Amino acid sequence: MHASVCDFIIDCVQNSIEANAEEILLFLYESTDDFSIKIIDNGAGMTDEEVQNAVDPFYTDGSKHKERKVGLGIPFMIQSVEQVSGKWAINSKKGRGTELSFNFPLNNIDTPPIGDISGMLLQVLMFDGDFELKFDRVLVRDSSELKYTISRLELKEVLGDLNSADSLILAKQYLRSQEEDLIEGDS
Amino acid sequence: MAKMTLEELRKLRNQKKDELDKRDTEGKDVHIIIGMGTCGIAAGAKDSLDAFLDEIEKNKIDNVTVKQTGCMGLCYVEPTVEVKVPEMPDTIYGNVDAETARNIVREHVLGKKLVSEHVFDRPSKDIVKE
Repeated sequence: MHASVCDFIIDCVQNSIEANAEEILLFLYESTDDFSIKIIDNGAGMTDEEVQNAVDPFYTDGSKHKERKVGLGIPFMIQSVEQVSGKWAINSKKGRGTELSFNFPLNNIDTPPIGDISGMLLQVLMFDGDFELKFDRVLVRDSSELKYTISRLELKEVLGDLNSADSLILAKQYLRSQEEDLIEGDS
Repeated sequence: MAKMTLEELRKLRNQKKDELDKRDTEGKDVHIIIGMGTCGIAAGAKDSLDAFLDEIEKNKIDNVTVKQTGCMGLCYVEPTVEVKVPEMPDTIYGNVDAETARNIVREHVLGKKLVSEHVFDRPSKDIVKE
């Protein structure tokens, strides 16, 4: 089981990348009592039967780990979300893409900590491939809405190879400054 | 830290590029591949990644590629890290916490010496000092 909400997000975004998505939209919407995540991709998509398999921990198509008999990414997310009375939904169309959403109520004592959002983002940006990842982070407090957006292709255009240590060091500073600005705006 | 704009990021990137262009880095490519599957993350691979990046920056090492990979089948010694440095055997290290990550940069990448107590695969026994 994962230690933080961010770890579930990494798994789910990785699913989109492995489904050969060219564009992934990742929304994080945080209010005082709720943390909602939505991931929309234009990857391979799934039939209804494949969606049923994806939520079954004891199913794997065996393409990722040959010897492994389980596929735990989405089932882990579902288990954690349901334990704290959150909700989840998967809408997928074969050949079109998948929309996955889930939320954690922040006032439930068993909700895992959110985790390090800029670290999570750095990790998903580091995955191999030319995919675009558009990240929308929204923090809602009372009546105000604080937010920032990140585009992977925009970052790549500025920094070049996102696997060179130099680029990663700068990307980390950049992502951290966005998140810190949001938190400062909140205090 | 004030919120950085993309233009400021571009400026920093260009500054760094100018510095790099002045140095002779040909053929000195270093590859660091961190196991960041569920087992790696659970064991603290994110802290190791942060420590690697920080130590690389501190020591101003050029031409380092940092990648992530999934589970390498060594879950019991996560975080695992594969290190490829010219003139050194490709090495898989285990139990790489933040401090060990810093040691790997200082001793393996810069000092060209294996961090023997963390070697889990690749170099044959006679290379690793007990």
